[in-house]
Amino acid sequence: MNLKQFFLYILPLLTVATSCRDDELVVPTEYDIIGDERPGATIRGFYIVNEGNMGSNKCTLDFYDYYTGLYSRNFYAEKNPNVIKELGDVGNDIGIYGSKLYIVVNCSHKVEVLDARTGIRLGQVDIPNCRYVRFHRGKAYVSSYVGPVLIDPNAPKGAVYEVDTLSLAVTRKVSVGYQPEEMEIIDDYMYVANSGGYRVPDYDNTVSVIQMVDFKQVQQIPVGINLHRLKKDRYNKLWITSRGDYQYRPSRLYVMQKKPGYNQMVVTDTIPVACSNMAFYEDKMYYYATEWNNYTASNTITYGVIDVRTKEIISDNFIKDGTDKDITIPYGIAVHPETGDIFVTDAKNYVSSGTLYCFTPDGRKKWSVRTGDIPAHITFLTK
Amino acid sequence: MIYFIVPFEVSSEERTDSLSHQLKEVVVTARKPNEDIIPAQILSGKELHRLNSNSVADALRYFSGVQVKDYGGVGGIKTVNIRSMGTNHTGVVYDGVELGNAQNGQIDLGQFSLDNIEALSLYNGQKSEILQPAKDFGAAGTIYMRTRTPVFDEGENYHARATIRTGSFDLLNPSALVELKLSQRVSASLSAEWINSSGKYKFRYRRVNPAGELAYDTTAVRQNGDINATRIELNTYGSLNNGSWTFKVYNYNSERGVPGAIVNNVWRRGERIWDTNSFAQGRYTGYFGKFTTLNNIKYAFYRTHYVNNDDKQVKIDNLYKQKEIYISSANEYEVTGFWNISASYDFMWNTLDADVYGFVKPDRISQYLSAASALDLNRFKIQASALGTFIHDRIKGQQAPADKHVFSPAVFMNGYPLRNKDFSVRVFYKQSFRMPMFNDLYYADMGNSKLSPERVTQYNVGLLYDHKSSSVISAARLSIDAYYNRVKDKIVAYPKGQQFRWTMLNLGLVDIRGIDLTGLLTINPYKDLYLTVRGQYTFQRAIDITNPADNYYRDQIPYIPRHSGSAVVNAQWRGWGLNYSWIYVGERYNQQENIRYNYTQPWYTSDISVSKDFKLGRVSLRGLIEVNNLLSQDYDVILNYPMPKRNYRVTITVEI
Repeated sequence: MNLKQFFLYILPLLTVATSCRDDELVVPTEYDIIGDERPGATIRGFYIVNEGNMGSNKCTLDFYDYYTGLYSRNFYAEKNPNVIKELGDVGNDIGIYGSKLYIVVNCSHKVEVLDARTGIRLGQVDIPNCRYVRFHRGKAYVSSYVGPVLIDPNAPKGAVYEVDTLSLAVTRKVSVGYQPEEMEIIDDYMYVANSGGYRVPDYDNTVSVIQMVDFKQVQQIPVGINLHRLKKDRYNKLWITSRGDYQYRPSRLYVMQKKPGYNQMVVTDTIPVACSNMAFYEDKMYYYATEWNNYTASNTITYGVIDVRTKEIISDNFIKDGTDKDITIPYGIAVHPETGDIFVTDAKNYVSSGTLYCFTPDGRKKWSVRTGDIPAHITFLTK
Repeated sequence: MIYFIVPFEVSSEERTDSLSHQLKEVVVTARKPNEDIIPAQILSGKELHRLNSNSVADALRYFSGVQVKDYGGVGGIKTVNIRSMGTNHTGVVYDGVELGNAQNGQIDLGQFSLDNIEALSLYNGQKSEILQPAKDFGAAGTIYMRTRTPVFDEGENYHARATIRTGSFDLLNPSALVELKLSQRVSASLSAEWINSSGKYKFRYRRVNPAGELAYDTTAVRQNGDINATRIELNTYGSLNNGSWTFKVYNYNSERGVPGAIVNNVWRRGERIWDTNSFAQGRYTGYFGKFTTLNNIKYAFYRTHYVNNDDKQVKIDNLYKQKEIYISSANEYEVTGFWNISASYDFMWNTLDADVYGFVKPDRISQYLSAASALDLNRFKIQASALGTFIHDRIKGQQAPADKHVFSPAVFMNGYPLRNKDFSVRVFYKQSFRMPMFNDLYYADMGNSKLSPERVTQYNVGLLYDHKSSSVISAARLSIDAYYNRVKDKIVAYPKGQQFRWTMLNLGLVDIRGIDLTGLLTINPYKDLYLTVRGQYTFQRAIDITNPADNYYRDQIPYIPRHSGSAVVNAQWRGWGLNYSWIYVGERYNQQENIRYNYTQPWYTSDISVSKDFKLGRVSLRGLIEVNNLLSQDYDVILNYPMPKRNYRVTITVEI
């Protein structure tokens, strides 16, 4: 074969051998059969939001249906094909209130609102750099790193936005501490954990108290640096985590409650454990912690249980069958409100599919399933 | 400058080139020219400038084995990756001295305009000659950029050239070049360029559902991709009785918007970067009998100011300053007529300063010592080299990591098995490494000072058929190379628990097998008509074999297509030129796992250009009209970084 023949035949052949572009399809849903069926149960299933790495626009939504035993992976785009660029960039929280499902999409600066039963989009609320969502008396409250008034443009305070759940309009805003994270509402007061994560090394260390009637911040209570989680137990005690500064000051767990006869929350306990996230079931608080150790160049991971009445650690590993060895980075935790099954997500290396593990209350792996990238936040759907 | 060998394919075209007497290649053959044992892929002269390319990065897409990461637009960052080994393993040499970036090891080739570039060459392994700086023995693959060198005919004292380019993206890009003959032995050139563009272009995202119905179809304008940049370059060249010298001062200044990823609900971002890159470099080459010496010196200062003004995000305003001092001495001795040996020593000092909280202000002393030997037995050539690298880091306020030293050998062979030299067989083996850069080691929360160098081993076998004649087929060249690379201790980001907190670890192991195929054919069917066809195809299987427990085990690594290639057809007829180029990048995955959710479609673009050369007395004029992405394909090279639809450019050059 001479060279002319090469150019005449081989190059065009190579061209044909290589594939061409097709129409870009809407990302299809994938289904896995899990088989953990509970037909007719009050808990119909649960949603899990996968954060997706920053800039990847790969925030996705999965659903497990107890009635069919089917796990649907990434079903948002197929249900809502007309939404340009799908669900968005970096999901950060999820919640159900009434018939609506709210997904906080941090880097898309919006809260996506879906019909909780069908997954069909109802609308969105634009909130810049939004973080977490909680509900109270017909309103959704969304924490945001960006406050409404930029007094100091270099260090804007964060805010909590109030959203009407019928009109999906922002009704009120209140300025809180720096880079607020999780919130809870107890007796018409909202408690907000401020992190100050944008102000390294001058982290915030306060919990903001907001009086719900006039939506004003009435107090900032110092608790610990770089606060993140703030959750109430069945006794209206607040459990708050501090991330520490990742170097010298370790992550810690704090408890706040009201002194008898007073209406003011005070820090009553500092529990000397690291805590990244937690979930409550009856009198138990399940938690995990991931702490990086510079010396061993590895993560130290713990899975503990605390009795919320005594505040004592009753177990230092709720995973009893050794499955914890398979989990690279635990990133989300939830407990099934009826069965007490424990869910733990593994975010792996943040840029590949994660895994959702389901454990029985006695800590044995029931099943696991592949999720989207960085599975993190779970909410249960009642029938 | 004697170290760049002119490929024959250029000369065949220059016959048709009315500007050629001013633009011709310079080969100073004070001695027997040092030939590369394994020839490079070269694009030079007119051929280079006929490829519709905005920057050096665009032109490199026509080389086999190269993948360009392109974030889109005139100001978008463009980095290259040779044979899937990673951007950090690619050396980039500008007029004989390697460009450095101690911060992240990546050179943005989008910053280098083709305006004053005379030749681009790509060497796999290393440039296979033995008289070169020790550092040049280090990279796994190297791109050499060479700027134009003045050459004066009898009676000429100066040349001047002015160019203006304009077109899509509101581009305005004037440049000028003046070359002066200062004396019999000294000449100088001054090249200056200004580039201004709004970076605005239309892009489109369109999705259909499986039934074929339109899901969405949206066209938007890329925002915050503007650039305003200047480049000034002053060169002086001198010849001596026993050698030559050059001295260069270079300054690049730019202000750019960083367009960012297009994600749901975000169509515009507020990041901006100001870059000032300045360097001065000098070179002296001396010939003393059997002894040749090549000495380089360089001082570089890079300043990067990064600001994030997006009021929805954290405010960032950081200033990074890098300094570099580089001294190199390469020395070659001809032992016998067919046996040469060489030794080189390079010293380099780098520092990085940043006004970032907790920044440790690292500085690094790198020393490179190489020894090489070359045998040229006419039908068989072999070259062996060994490089020792010694790194010493210092950091402020903390104990610095232990010194590192790496030994990396290489062997290159070439043989002509047939009677004529048209056909040759080549083989090389090379070990190389990349040092962890300052960002990997010391960047705030993410760096890991315990990192070791990332290592690469390359094996390559290739065949070359290279023929020229005065018949209808005036030149023909075909090469095929098969290679096997292994990247060990690859530096990867590893998660640390909380949201987007990472550290760097020597975790990865990548197995790369590939085939590079290149072909070139120049035919002369009629008197003044020359047709050149250039084709290139690359097959790469680059898989991650780090850990069988990973769900991406044995999957193709991100953004490496299995198939890619390009084809260029060029016709020249009496001052008219027509160029068609086609680039194909096959399907890839945008993340490690080869699953549907990470699938990225192939893209292929057709670019076409028409040029005409005129002559008005002493003045040469040249007009060029380019249409890029002729079929207006909507594609992303990098996920969520949309590329421009069809775009245009007009260039007018005046030269005296």
